[in-house]
Amino acid sequence: MLTTTLIAGLVLGGTYALVAMGLTIQYGIARTMNLAYGETIIAAAFAAYLVHNSLGISPILGLVLIAPAGFAFGWLVYRLLLRPLVRRSKGGAALEIDSILATFGLLFVIQGVMQVGFGGNYISYSYMNFGVDVLGASVAANRLLALVLALAIGGGLYLLLTHTRWGTALRAVAVAPASAPLVGIDADRAARFGFALGGALAACGGVVISMYQTFTASSGVIFTMKALIVVIMGGVGNLAGALSAGLILGLVETFVATYVSPGLTLAAVYLIFLAILLWRPSGLFGKARR
Amino acid sequence: MRTALGFAAAAIVFAVLAFAPFYLDAYGIGLMIGMTGYVTLASAWGLFSGRTGYVSLATVAFFGMGAYTVAVLNETLPYPVILLVAGAIGLLVAVVVGFSTLRLAGVYFVIFTFGLAELIRQLVTWFETTVTGTLGRYIFLPVGPEHIYWQLLVLCAATLFITWWVGRSRLGLALRVIADDEVVASHIGIDIARTKLALFSVSAVIITLVGAIQAPRWTYVEPAIVFNPTVSFLTLIMALLGGASRLWGPALGAIPLFLLFEWLSANFPDHYSILLGLLFIVIVFVLPRGVAGFAKDLTRRRPGGTPAAPKLDAAPLGTESREARS
Repeated sequence: MLTTTLIAGLVLGGTYALVAMGLTIQYGIARTMNLAYGETIIAAAFAAYLVHNSLGISPILGLVLIAPAGFAFGWLVYRLLLRPLVRRSKGGAALEIDSILATFGLLFVIQGVMQVGFGGNYISYSYMNFGVDVLGASVAANRLLALVLALAIGGGLYLLLTHTRWGTALRAVAVAPASAPLVGIDADRAARFGFALGGALAACGGVVISMYQTFTASSGVIFTMKALIVVIMGGVGNLAGALSAGLILGLVETFVATYVSPGLTLAAVYLIFLAILLWRPSGLFGKARR
Repeated sequence: MRTALGFAAAAIVFAVLAFAPFYLDAYGIGLMIGMTGYVTLASAWGLFSGRTGYVSLATVAFFGMGAYTVAVLNETLPYPVILLVAGAIGLLVAVVVGFSTLRLAGVYFVIFTFGLAELIRQLVTWFETTVTGTLGRYIFLPVGPEHIYWQLLVLCAATLFITWWVGRSRLGLALRVIADDEVVASHIGIDIARTKLALFSVSAVIITLVGAIQAPRWTYVEPAIVFNPTVSFLTLIMALLGGASRLWGPALGAIPLFLLFEWLSANFPDHYSILLGLLFIVIVFVLPRGVAGFAKDLTRRRPGGTPAAPKLDAAPLGTESREARS
């Protein structure tokens, strides 16, 4: 029982961590709050469902198609929708409200398209749906695969961002957007790339989620919200923070669902969120600022 | 003199509007209810967000709580008492939420309120399925549509009066100082958190009451119906487009947009959400200086009619976000 819950929690937490890493990159580097983030996730989940059911391709292979699509989508959204707003605001305060409204509009558009295409029903597909014995507990193979994928993609990205030259450049923009151009970093390009990278991660998250969870056209908002909470818990722009906060959130949610009541998971998440906001507003791993 | 004239004009407008149900059919009354509801919601939203710069997405949390309170209590308590209870619940939640989040930077507040409706919806659903065992309730109240309309009209007038009054009261003066410079405000002894909390509570109670008054229109209520996040965003865009910090701004934004949304949902029911989303994006793009900048332009053109300093446009949400509570 405990092992099963622990593994289920890690699977969920791994997914949250993966998804939140994408959002923390988007929000940290491009500095626009993307309220349509969860819709990108769900769109990728639908894409995986289509690829699996109508083309008969496994979601793993589907990832090869869907992740670049997510990257392209993120790039386009930033290029067409957000960059004009960033340019226009010239660093002013109008950007915050404009980006909230614009990405919210995008949320409605994507959600509406999915509603028209797939209807409002819960959707799932069966992939690798057999039990595997882990430390005496039986766990569905698709969940294990989801965990492995989440860790591999998230870990790989973490190494890429911390150990390569352009990863360092991206993080420089996240830490000091005003100073980055002084050392020759093209901040605009970094923002576009960061946003696209976030889109690719959202797409990966969507494929992973679709392997073991049911979803509907309207479940994106919840994912946006949880990803935002993880981002803030971990500190904006902090990858390691997002990773650990995601795992914590997944574990807490699963334990509350198992031992308290499945209806109270969101309440538990919110309680943690509030505690962290009041106790350490810059995030669990964020540096305290004056 | 100006004030007296303004009051007289407002009184005449509301008196004429009060006679509307005698000349309209059922559809017309329904339309007027929806419109008055949104004018009140947008004005109440502007009362808090337009003056403090905190973008609240919690509108539907309070709206839904009001409606659901009526659904739960409609067979046990007399109607006026239900409204009082709904208002009290709204006040309680607003104080708890405001107390814990209003000291934080704007962006955290946005995210927190974004999820608040979902949180309350899940809590209500959990309570209904595990404690009472039923999900969904019926409302049988002897309240006709014209009564709902009149109640909303009174609430709307009250909201506008409160907005006007806040603009010239001590509270309004404090808000103006906070809007100009928070540091100065705190140094001359203004309790910033308490001032924001007071305004947030007033705004939340009004929004709760709008939900409570409109509840009998549904007859069948369940959490998924009354906690529909679209309400929060319609309110937001209406208030912003009309000018959130002006007395009549939210109303001027709410009336045309409500009619537009009504027309869209009637003619394109399947593609409503796509069109709504595109409309949001178009609105953001056609206003060259942004939605808040647009409201500021309007305010500049008519400097006489503003009850308080335009705050939303000056609010450094983005710049605050990194520092959080210092």
